[in-house]
Amino acid sequence: MNPTASKPTKSSYDAIVIGGGHNGLVCAAYLGRAGKKVLVVEKRPVVGGAAVSEEVVPGFTFSVFSYVVSLFRPHIIRELDLPRHGMQILPMETTYNPVPDDRGLVRWGDAARTRREIERFSPNDASIYPEFGLAMSRLSRFTKNIIDTTAPEPASLHPKELIKLLKLAKQFKDFDGDMRYLNLKLMTMSAVDFLEEWFESEPLLPAMAGSGIIGTFMGVRSPGTAYVLLHHYMGEIDGAYRAWGFAKGGTGQISLACARAAQSFGVEIVTDVGVSSIDIANGRARGIVLDNGDQVSAKTVISSLDPNRTFLKLIPEGQLDSDFTASIRRYKNRGSSGKVNLALDRLPTFAGGREGDHHLRGDVTYAPTIDYIEKAYDEAKYGQFSRNPFLNIVIPSLNDPSVAPPGKHVLSAFVQYAPYNIREGAENWPQQRDAFGEAVIDTIEEFCPDIRDCLIDKQVISPWDIERMIGLTEGNIFQGELSLEQLAFLRPVAGWSRYQTPIDQLWMCGSGTHPGGGVMGAPGELSAKTMLSKKAV
Amino acid sequence: MPIESPFHARTSQLCTSMRWKDWAGYFAVCSYEPCHEQEYFAYRHAAGLMDATPLFKYTVSGADAGRLLSRVMTRDITKLRVGRVTYCCWCDDAGKIMDDGTVSRLDDDVYRVTAAEPTLHWLRLNARRYQVAIEDVTTKYGILALQGPLSRGILGHVCGRAVTDLRFFRLTQTTIDRRPVTITRTGYTGDLGYEVWCDSADALPVYDAITEAGQNYRLMPAGLDALDVARVEAGFVMNGVDYHSSNHCLIESRKSTPYELGLGWTVQLDRDPFIGQSKLREEKQRGSQWSFVGLDYDWVAFERLFARHDLPPQTPHGAWRDPLPVFDRTGRQVGQATSGAWSPTLKKNLALASVKRSHAAEGRELLIEATVEFERTRTPVTVSAPMFFDPERKRG
Ligand SMILES: Cc1cc2nc3c(=O)[nH]c(=O)nc-3n(C[C@H](O)[C@H](O)[C@H](O)COP(=O)(O)OP(=O)(O)OC[C@H]3O[C@@H](n4cnc5c(N)ncnc54)[C@H](O)[C@@H]3O)c2cc1C
Repeated sequence: MNPTASKPTKSSYDAIVIGGGHNGLVCAAYLGRAGKKVLVVEKRPVVGGAAVSEEVVPGFTFSVFSYVVSLFRPHIIRELDLPRHGMQILPMETTYNPVPDDRGLVRWGDAARTRREIERFSPNDASIYPEFGLAMSRLSRFTKNIIDTTAPEPASLHPKELIKLLKLAKQFKDFDGDMRYLNLKLMTMSAVDFLEEWFESEPLLPAMAGSGIIGTFMGVRSPGTAYVLLHHYMGEIDGAYRAWGFAKGGTGQISLACARAAQSFGVEIVTDVGVSSIDIANGRARGIVLDNGDQVSAKTVISSLDPNRTFLKLIPEGQLDSDFTASIRRYKNRGSSGKVNLALDRLPTFAGGREGDHHLRGDVTYAPTIDYIEKAYDEAKYGQFSRNPFLNIVIPSLNDPSVAPPGKHVLSAFVQYAPYNIREGAENWPQQRDAFGEAVIDTIEEFCPDIRDCLIDKQVISPWDIERMIGLTEGNIFQGELSLEQLAFLRPVAGWSRYQTPIDQLWMCGSGTHPGGGVMGAPGELSAKTMLSKKAV
Repeated sequence: MPIESPFHARTSQLCTSMRWKDWAGYFAVCSYEPCHEQEYFAYRHAAGLMDATPLFKYTVSGADAGRLLSRVMTRDITKLRVGRVTYCCWCDDAGKIMDDGTVSRLDDDVYRVTAAEPTLHWLRLNARRYQVAIEDVTTKYGILALQGPLSRGILGHVCGRAVTDLRFFRLTQTTIDRRPVTITRTGYTGDLGYEVWCDSADALPVYDAITEAGQNYRLMPAGLDALDVARVEAGFVMNGVDYHSSNHCLIESRKSTPYELGLGWTVQLDRDPFIGQSKLREEKQRGSQWSFVGLDYDWVAFERLFARHDLPPQTPHGAWRDPLPVFDRTGRQVGQATSGAWSPTLKKNLALASVKRSHAAEGRELLIEATVEFERTRTPVTVSAPMFFDPERKRG
């Protein structure tokens, strides 16, 4: 990325994008590619938002927040030529679930090997596992069509909308009876109920159910979590479903590649300066006001911030009607996750007696039983972080040694639950942070007995920190929960799923819009394409 | 029956997949793991170590060595300075390509040549008037290709500055574990990388020293399947796949020239006579009939081929090399794609092809044959330069 200044060079642009997260950058790149003069304003000294790599400990590059990629749309990679700008994704080939006093379960790229692993726990599960994968890929193909297009607007009578709905309905109809039924279940059931129709054994069940709760304030037995499961199943790298990967150099490299692509189209990016408000006159956005009081004007203003921040913090009171404001207030953020990043002197020894580190190259999910996750959720319900949390761990340095000095490692632990609203009040997180970090390391110690001996330094991030650092309201990792009532044509709120807002010439392009959270670039791309087709910029 | 390379004791232990093939009469690993994917990513993200011993190797020495090689090669080798390597090809009298490879100048009068095919006879045949000694050293040396962005760190660990300062297409003579080696900054992956030559007798200690240093850099042994994907991304032609050596062709139309293969840049015409010169000069003036191009599949159309059968798009699993016809918009055949691969890095479905020059302009839309669910169809591709992936670190 070319160096950035914190002062725009011009006083007026075709479009200003607020926030330099990956969606803001993707949106800007598409607008730049169409010949528009675009300015991106990022509050932090680095771009990336939740998709950022930072050298937090000297020599160790952490993917501070988001740590694995799967949903990033391949066509965006092609259209913006991101590999040329430094984006490279390495596939993760294994999933390891440690189990106390056991070898645990590893699922490998090699199907036969996976079957033999699962057989140790349940021959039945082992034999049905491939069928489950097939059913999920059929379902995700249905959902994939949803995430690659703007959300259908069911209340509209416009022929284009009707055709779109019909198309989806047709696909739905083309599913055979079983599949249709399966899809409906997925939309309404809990992750555990859904999975129990297929599988019977632990640790397979809890390991799989785990993806149903990521980023939500729900338990594995809460209805609706089955859909989140699918959202995570949709991951596709190279057109193959259910494939996750690491970005070389950490997740931030994706954002940097987007930034470089944007710059190559003439987009200007300023960093280290925030937007304090959106300048609105007569119900129409005219530009922005920076933290330092400077004003910059634009034909179109696009916010990549979450709906709460955009509409309740950046827009002067009274500019929006109260119905709309009320629905934004109802929009659920409820942050429930934290992150602990460790700099390690060497690779810790995992209990379970497996040789080598091949099984650690992918992710490590610690959720030995369903009850374990439920208990973790119970504590959160009553305003405490889980003492024994659900952990999703990756050691990216095993695949991409460039993120740590030779022989040393980076361990990233995504932790649930860490409710934003703790009993003591969110503002008391700083006093709880250390204890939270210790609880996580204690839990890691259960399957990595020498973790503390390997520890050089750590970074503990609570949902309160997430909010403070990158502005995600209540630290919700997806700019709003991925629950059914907040998806597709309901995201962020009914009637406003097409990136437009009640304010003329103010648009949205972040994860708070369709198709939602994750490092996928889709909201940024779809919003830019919508604006261009509507000649809004 | 193929023979074992001097690294076989190590590679055979590591090749748990048991996937081998015959490469120029040697056992060569296709992929060490059941699938080549991680090995491909080692080349692009960390480092991969490949046994490249089966390449044919010749030492050409003596007062006229440079002159002989200049006569045989498309390049003026007399201009090659000591310590440098060059890539070139060689042709028959009709200017048709026979093979391609590298020439290294080790000393004033000492050169080394690598080739994909036995070339001793051709070199000797043309050496009659010269004062040279030509030795086939194919079995005398082992070659390890260490390729990938972290290869410099690994070799730096083993041999220090001599290697970390080594520039693109240069060579250095140094030691690894006290054994003499020649290291060239060359390779077939289109990435940062090196090739290490050692005496066959020293093969194992050299292999061990590199693998040990590689431990902290995520070095992986890597096989030919991964290499094949990388070389398609890099747009490198392969003898026997993208073209055929003129002395193996039964019919004229199978032969090609350097210009037709995009290797015109290796042809230095204006100098003392060399084999094929007059024909190549004519071709240069007249213009070639064929061009070597990259083809980039239109993804949306490709996806649609599968959607028609209610299938998700299926990309080729590894690199392919069964040729496919290429057509213009009217359906007339204008060439053939000779190899291709899905690029995991670029997220593009790619092919390398020879097409009529009239249809080779970059950006031109052509059609390529595709078979989906036993149904043969055509799908659009866009012509591009063959070098799809060219990271700065390769030269930097
Ligand atoms: C801890 C954590 C782990 C996650 N893990 C994963 C994962 O593994 N895989 C995955 O796919 N997704 C993951 N996610 C979700 C994913 O990272 C996000 O959905 C995505 O990165 C959001 O991108 P965005 O561009 O929409 O918004 P953001 O990344 O939130 O970008 C908004 C930007 O706006 C800036 N900003 C805020 N206020 C202002 C202001 N007033 N003026 C100017 N700029 C401002 C912020 O600094 C930020 O850079 C994770 C998220 C978190 C927090």
